Amino acid sequence: MSAFTQLRLDGVSRRFGGQAALSELDLTIEAGEFIALLGPSGCGKSTALNCLAGLLPLTEGSIWQDERRIDTLPPERRGFGMVFQSYALFPHMTVRANIAFGLRMRRLPKEETRRRTAEAVRLVRLEDHVDKLPGQLSGGQQQRVAIARAVVFEPSLVLMDEPLSNLDAKLRLEMRTEIRRLHQSLGLTTVYVTHDQEEALSLADRLVVLREGRVQQIGSPRELHTRPANWHVADFMGYRNLWRGRVEQSEGARATVEASGLRLLGEVVGGLQTGADVMVAVRPEDIRVDGPGETRNAMSATVEVVEYQGRELAAEARTDTGLLLHLRTEQRIAPGDQVKLAVDPQRLLVYQADAQTQPKRLADAPGATR
Amino acid sequence: MSGAGPGRPLAHWQHRLAERGVDRQLWLLVPALVFVIALFLYPFFYGLTLSFQPTTGGPFSDYARFFSDSYERGTIWITLRIALPAALLNVLAAVPIAYRMRGRFRGKRLVTTLLVVPITLGTVLTAQGLLNFLGPTGWFNRILLASNLVDEPVRLTHNYWGVFFSLVITGFPFAFLLVLSYLSGIDPTLERAAATLGADWRRRFTRITLPLLMPGLATTFCLTFVLAFSVFPSAVLVGNPAGETRVISLAAYQAAYEQYDYPYASAIAMIMGFVELVIIAVVLAARSRFYTGSTGGKG
Repeated sequence: MSAFTQLRLDGVSRRFGGQAALSELDLTIEAGEFIALLGPSGCGKSTALNCLAGLLPLTEGSIWQDERRIDTLPPERRGFGMVFQSYALFPHMTVRANIAFGLRMRRLPKEETRRRTAEAVRLVRLEDHVDKLPGQLSGGQQQRVAIARAVVFEPSLVLMDEPLSNLDAKLRLEMRTEIRRLHQSLGLTTVYVTHDQEEALSLADRLVVLREGRVQQIGSPRELHTRPANWHVADFMGYRNLWRGRVEQSEGARATVEASGLRLLGEVVGGLQTGADVMVAVRPEDIRVDGPGETRNAMSATVEVVEYQGRELAAEARTDTGLLLHLRTEQRIAPGDQVKLAVDPQRLLVYQADAQTQPKRLADAPGATR
Repeated sequence: MSGAGPGRPLAHWQHRLAERGVDRQLWLLVPALVFVIALFLYPFFYGLTLSFQPTTGGPFSDYARFFSDSYERGTIWITLRIALPAALLNVLAAVPIAYRMRGRFRGKRLVTTLLVVPITLGTVLTAQGLLNFLGPTGWFNRILLASNLVDEPVRLTHNYWGVFFSLVITGFPFAFLLVLSYLSGIDPTLERAAATLGADWRRRFTRITLPLLMPGLATTFCLTFVLAFSVFPSAVLVGNPAGETRVISLAAYQAAYEQYDYPYASAIAMIMGFVELVIIAVVLAARSRFYTGSTGGKG
């Protein structure tokens, strides 16, 4: 129940049968932080959250709240609030009773329970709905009840398990702002699980990217956005252009890479061996169309598909050497257009390719869309 | 709803009927309807009218006869005294076992099968077993005697307890299967949510699971009660049909097949049905006080 200054996960692992769902997660959470666990489905992020909540016992490792070990405590004695993907509102209780549940379990005085419940109701703006049952509310309202219920008893940690995934796009954006606003006003330490990188980037102070149960990278949104630690993270963070290539020459942090008949200059992330297989990662928005007099990393290509996306166009183009590119541009282009493309070497990241795993899409199959 | 304004032509009559649920699929109801009329409604109303045509006296004289005779009237109380506790015990015993068994675990199918086997036995076999097991020279009494817990055999057959045990054995599997399906209809995430909010298992059960399960328990109680109330074979085989287990169905049987007084037997059957309806009405009225909507589970 008490607030902490640090929550430490120490080699937290969870296996199901022989299958490792989460392997040796080390993470230190500072009080007041908003942490996002990010990764594709099956990466272990929900497992990690359930282990934190106490809903899943650990196979190995320990969790420490300052100097107190808590991974042996049952969920009801950890005092963490949790927002479930399905909201898990008690269907037989009114909105008010749902929100007051955590306070009543703590046997607070009636008057205080009433006051704090009313406060939480006001916080999520549900004053007009307190006497309704959850079944009579819309998805967004149910979501707000779930959040109010999880924060009303001022937990030392709030856990959120993909809370926005059941909402439509417009509501999702609204609730995202709402969650951020709540975090700023209440300052509650939060661990937020999502598979949506945009959601994670916009909400979190720090992101933890997981893949196949292992931490790939921990860092600020800016670090993850601009400098993913490996090409898997890059893939997940929206670097849609992933090309397999070979290093021709490297010098410091710069390397020249040969990929599909193109010679590209880029930034090396992590170490490299000369002649090694590499992955080249570029964001669609970092490919410029008709760069003004740009000569480095210039490519000529034919536009194949164009999607209208408001201010910008998302397009697929194929270079003369046969490489398929994803790009975003504000310029008007149409299928069949010949374009000159360029990438700033600082925005072309070069990673060591791992031997066994093939990237999901080597950018050569026509019509490979996402 | 049809939206047909005054000037606009009406939709085709078949469409308008279909809108109200009248279409050719209704023919699918015919077999069931024939069945219900031939095997339930006709015999019921035949019995009802027969009960108002006693061999002597006015239309209600058979009802008056039943209620004026304390030996006859007492059968209602005797039957309730067996059926209500048996039904209650069946439901209450089913809850913890079903609660423990709602998740998935190794051997669940085997355990469920074992619990449900008594359904297949039938009353006569159950009675036979009870006589062998609980009778004066049965294993149960022999163990008690051998361990010097009692000086003479405990009488558990050919009285109230024999019928009671028989009803529990045959009624429990029904109650268990029903409660299990109601329980798996409750989303397990609700209890997990309650746990994160600080509720220990006892309060999770009393505040979340039990209130959501109550309507199901009420329905289960009604069904097992009706089964127990119409107890007949075990009342004869392991009970004391002349005395403390002279249940109401036995009174009706004797009127019909020992005195050949069908109108009187029909009157008793009607009274029996009425008592059942009263109990069910009370239970269902209590049920409606609980939340009966969706509970989010897979059931």
